[in-house]
Amino acid sequence: MPKDSGIGASSKRREDVRFLTGAGNYTDDINVHGQAYVHFLRSDVAHGRIVSIDTSDAAAMPGVVRIFTGDDFAGVGGLPCGWQVTDRFGQPMQEPAHPVLAQGKVRHVGDPIAAVVADSPEQARDAAEAIAVEIEELPAVVDMKAALSADAPKVHDDLTSNLCYDWGFVEENKDAVAAAFEKAAHVTTLELVNQRLVANPMEPRVAVGDYSRATDESTLYTTSQNPHVIRLLMGAFVLGIPEHKLRVVAPDVGGGFGTKIFHYAEEAFCTFAARQLARAVKWTSSRSEAFMSDAHGRDHVTKIELALDADNNFTALRTETYANMGAYLSTFAPSVPTWLHGTLMAGNYKTPLIYVNVKAVFTNTVPVDAYRGAGRPEATYQLERVIDKAARELGVDPIALRRQNFITQFPYATPVAVEYDTGDYHATMDKLEEIADLAGFEARLAESKARGKLRGLGVNCYIEACGIAPSNLVGQLGARAGLYESATVRVNATGSISVMTGSHSHGQGHETAFPQVVADMLGIDESMVEIVHGDTARTPMGMGTYGSRSLAVGGSAMVKATNKIIAKAKKIAAHLLEASEADIELKDGQFSVAGTDKSVAWGDVTLAAYVPHNYPLEDMEPGLEETAFYDPSNFTYPSGAYACEVEVDPDTGRVTVERFAAADDFGNIVNPMIVSGQVHGGLAQGIGQALLEGAAYDENGQLLTGSYMDYAMPRASDLPFYTVDHSCSTPCTHNPLGVKGCGEAGAIGSPPAVVNAVVDALRRQGHDITHIDMPLSPSRVWAAMQGE
Amino acid sequence: MTEIQMTVNGKAVRGTVEGRTLLVNFLREDLRLTGTHVGCDTSQCGACTVHVNGVSVKACTMLAADADGADVRTIEGMAAADGTLSALQQAFQDHHGLQCGFCTPGMVMTAAALLKENPKPTEAEVRHYLEGNICRCTGYHNIVKAILAASGQDVSAIAAE
Amino acid sequence: MYAFDFEKPSTIAEAVAALKDEDAQALSGGQTLLPTLKQRLASPSKLVSLGGIAEMQGICHNDAGQICIGAATPHARVAAEVAGDYPALAALAGGIGDPAVRNRGTIGGSLANNDPSACYPSAALASGAVIVTNARQIAADEYFQGMFATALDEGEIITEVRFPVPQSAAYVKFEQPASRFALVGVFVARFADGVRVAVTGASENGVFRWAEAEAALSANFAADALDGLSLPADGMIADLHGSAAYRAHLVAVLTKRAVANAS
Repeated sequence: MPKDSGIGASSKRREDVRFLTGAGNYTDDINVHGQAYVHFLRSDVAHGRIVSIDTSDAAAMPGVVRIFTGDDFAGVGGLPCGWQVTDRFGQPMQEPAHPVLAQGKVRHVGDPIAAVVADSPEQARDAAEAIAVEIEELPAVVDMKAALSADAPKVHDDLTSNLCYDWGFVEENKDAVAAAFEKAAHVTTLELVNQRLVANPMEPRVAVGDYSRATDESTLYTTSQNPHVIRLLMGAFVLGIPEHKLRVVAPDVGGGFGTKIFHYAEEAFCTFAARQLARAVKWTSSRSEAFMSDAHGRDHVTKIELALDADNNFTALRTETYANMGAYLSTFAPSVPTWLHGTLMAGNYKTPLIYVNVKAVFTNTVPVDAYRGAGRPEATYQLERVIDKAARELGVDPIALRRQNFITQFPYATPVAVEYDTGDYHATMDKLEEIADLAGFEARLAESKARGKLRGLGVNCYIEACGIAPSNLVGQLGARAGLYESATVRVNATGSISVMTGSHSHGQGHETAFPQVVADMLGIDESMVEIVHGDTARTPMGMGTYGSRSLAVGGSAMVKATNKIIAKAKKIAAHLLEASEADIELKDGQFSVAGTDKSVAWGDVTLAAYVPHNYPLEDMEPGLEETAFYDPSNFTYPSGAYACEVEVDPDTGRVTVERFAAADDFGNIVNPMIVSGQVHGGLAQGIGQALLEGAAYDENGQLLTGSYMDYAMPRASDLPFYTVDHSCSTPCTHNPLGVKGCGEAGAIGSPPAVVNAVVDALRRQGHDITHIDMPLSPSRVWAAMQGE
Repeated sequence: MTEIQMTVNGKAVRGTVEGRTLLVNFLREDLRLTGTHVGCDTSQCGACTVHVNGVSVKACTMLAADADGADVRTIEGMAAADGTLSALQQAFQDHHGLQCGFCTPGMVMTAAALLKENPKPTEAEVRHYLEGNICRCTGYHNIVKAILAASGQDVSAIAAE
Repeated sequence: MYAFDFEKPSTIAEAVAALKDEDAQALSGGQTLLPTLKQRLASPSKLVSLGGIAEMQGICHNDAGQICIGAATPHARVAAEVAGDYPALAALAGGIGDPAVRNRGTIGGSLANNDPSACYPSAALASGAVIVTNARQIAADEYFQGMFATALDEGEIITEVRFPVPQSAAYVKFEQPASRFALVGVFVARFADGVRVAVTGASENGVFRWAEAEAALSANFAADALDGLSLPADGMIADLHGSAAYRAHLVAVLTKRAVANAS
């Protein structure tokens, strides 16, 4: 029976009302009295030396307040990188400076050269066009392998090469893996590209910097997934503003998908300029600007090899990946192809020996960082594609091959340094076979054939590590931040509750789901609990929302704080009821003495906490407010099995997704409606990657996909209704709610299902095709059918 | 500068705009109706969709001066005066047809136009009609479901939550 | 956008006069022009809106049996109002862009711009339409002069487009995945005196007629009459979304489909 409130209920989202009536408060809706506007003059060449910048004509144009160039930031720090990777040889990665405005060189199309602050946005743009910039254009490096050749132009002159790091994992296993390949009965090899994507939250980035001379306090309103992280990075490393003089507010944020995690130059600029000018400065990105200034995602080129014994058991796995960093290191870029990728290479399988090599490369392109899934989609894609290829080579059923190699005993320590706490991969595969109606595939195949269409079926599994992350572990791995989360539960005198969380909601529905947890624990109505987030002045220091961590980590902090509230409230109740604390029970918002009819209501206890007339003041402080920080002891490991059925038009190569089914194990579920919505969105992004999306550069480093005219976003007509199920549940063993992350799963698990299905469709038609690189656009599929 | 007047959500408004002022800027900045959003600059995402003289229009691709004298309706004008959501808005909430909310105003305005033209659309018709509205969060599943539900059709058979 | 003045005349004569100013430009639905201006790819001194000219709105039939569409008539209205008389044209209009674009974009604006990926040029060319301007009448065969190039003179305004109605016709569009413009679109129109086939999206020279297909279909109006016919890839657009060979291939595929769909 579905619940109608509390944990497990599909409570309707309370935030929807403001979004549905136009009453949301997004950053671009914020205007500070007297604000000026900034326009960034951006490089239109991918690589060049700045010979001169003459701003004199521009400075004289109407409305211009001031023009800034790299020189203005000479005394200011660069944008920091939050993760240091150590390479195969024990050396730290090469870490170039990342100035707020270009200094000396421009390194990608879109690199900001100058910033014009003016009274109106159009005046700022008019003046920016009047800046005379002389740039000596240099040869650009775009292709990663070419960038590593000895004579390649260097993106950063002060580095020894364009190699950021050469990472081996687990380096000690390298020889053993090689030996296993020597002994293998069968080896399947696949080379593939996990193409560059642009996250494209529908809200472009915005920053409004404000400054109060009265208090010497800076305020930044920004489209961020993690305002405290921005405050820390920008305050400590870029501008030198101590936290107590710097407030960062991320109000309603229109989607993030990773690209709003990072600290960007525009945020630092607006904060800096507002202090310089003692006037608020606003920047609103256009979509065109977003394409060349938001961090991109993915962009891996990989060779994967799978070794099997004569019984088709996986015996070893070896990968070599080139990972594009772009021109600078975005905030968490180095961690994505390493710790968020290599540690997932075991997948759902008991492959005993794994070696992952990653070469991270600088190129004259927009920086690349985490995008929904971040490293885990890349791992899943290559693994699930090579397994499919192996099954075809061996002539065995791809599902059977997977099942044969499933991990079945938990906890399970993988050869790539993580320990899966729970999972039941056969159960999710069983569920998938049911909900996807795999038994009915042959009939649908015949029906498609009758209409002249090629039908194909693709199935795959995925596992991911999310709910990041244990701070002491990630610290050893190079993280320069902790990855705990915080919550303050403030019970008000009349019993209503404000929960201040460090998590940030930009579509995930925290304002609805988090109260479900607190209300359930206390036995009160959800409407009595309000979530406060997105403002460093109102919430405890928290790390924000990414990596499917909000409920697993932020929710756990909230549970911890609520347990402290319950413990204290029971003490107060015991006093009011003149009973022993050990006898106090809390149920349905009533504190009662076990075995008696004596009770006191929640509201009476909370009132007593703040009007402590009858209160054990000698034993306890008044008030009812508790803060907790929760640092997870492990990742959570959601897993699942996905099935996709496609039709291919043999005349045009056009692929349509006819059916998509996802069976996920997310452990316990707080709000099934929201969880399904998260899966739907992830699936659309994964299917989008498989069929439509891709950022492309020409050989000179010009972005060919700089708007929605050329970057294909998934539309409603590109997608089917999905069948999703999360009834298979193996609760997480190490967080108090037993929950696993669900935000990225869909994007991680779906691309291989689509590609497997297209390859299947073409092979059934007799085409000798083993792989097509994403996106599987009509022209690419048609070319593959022509043998190109 | 051009003097313009129009009716917005039933109220007469006037303003002075440059030739290059877009309708969306007039709504957001002059009238402070910030529910209409700007998500792209190539007229594709549809976050800025409003109704002009009863039909859907991308407010980022119409000059404010060209809307002089028009009857304009925005997302702020879709609920009842007492705040009660319209059946369409309510369906979006009931079926979780929105996540971050940024594309939502445009989705609602486009869906309202669809249901006016075609009160009982098929799934394919809904999806086709949303051609000019991009959502990055929902994968469209629940948006399509919400619109079908708002049209009075039974959506219980559509894969669940 | 760069700054510009705005004028909205109510007659064709006033519009023509207003366009005499240096760097003045006509604004019809603006669905292509405004995004172009936002990118600052053009800097007109003045935009002259044609949206207030009643005589350029609406659809009627002339004595020759042609459908006469006012140049400022939006696509949505064409889609709705010619569905009975010229279903292929209505279907084309109803498939341009998206609903909001169809409520603003106009036939005159589309033909004046002559985007190589636009839909309307194929209908005008395949139908043998007459483009009527404030100054003259131009046959479609003379009107289209290559990518973004037309026979229009500076300051000349399309006021009406007259479509002869074929016995049967169809338009089939294969959408570019991102922009949803035509990667290739083929309009086939069968008249008593022969078949006309116009192709948009494919060629570096904009919309064109495929003579071999017209000959084959004029002899035998059936999809299999096209068997073995193909276009050379030379001169076809090649970009991220499709090679020249792919576009040439699509032309043949879509032409067959159009013939099969013709009604």
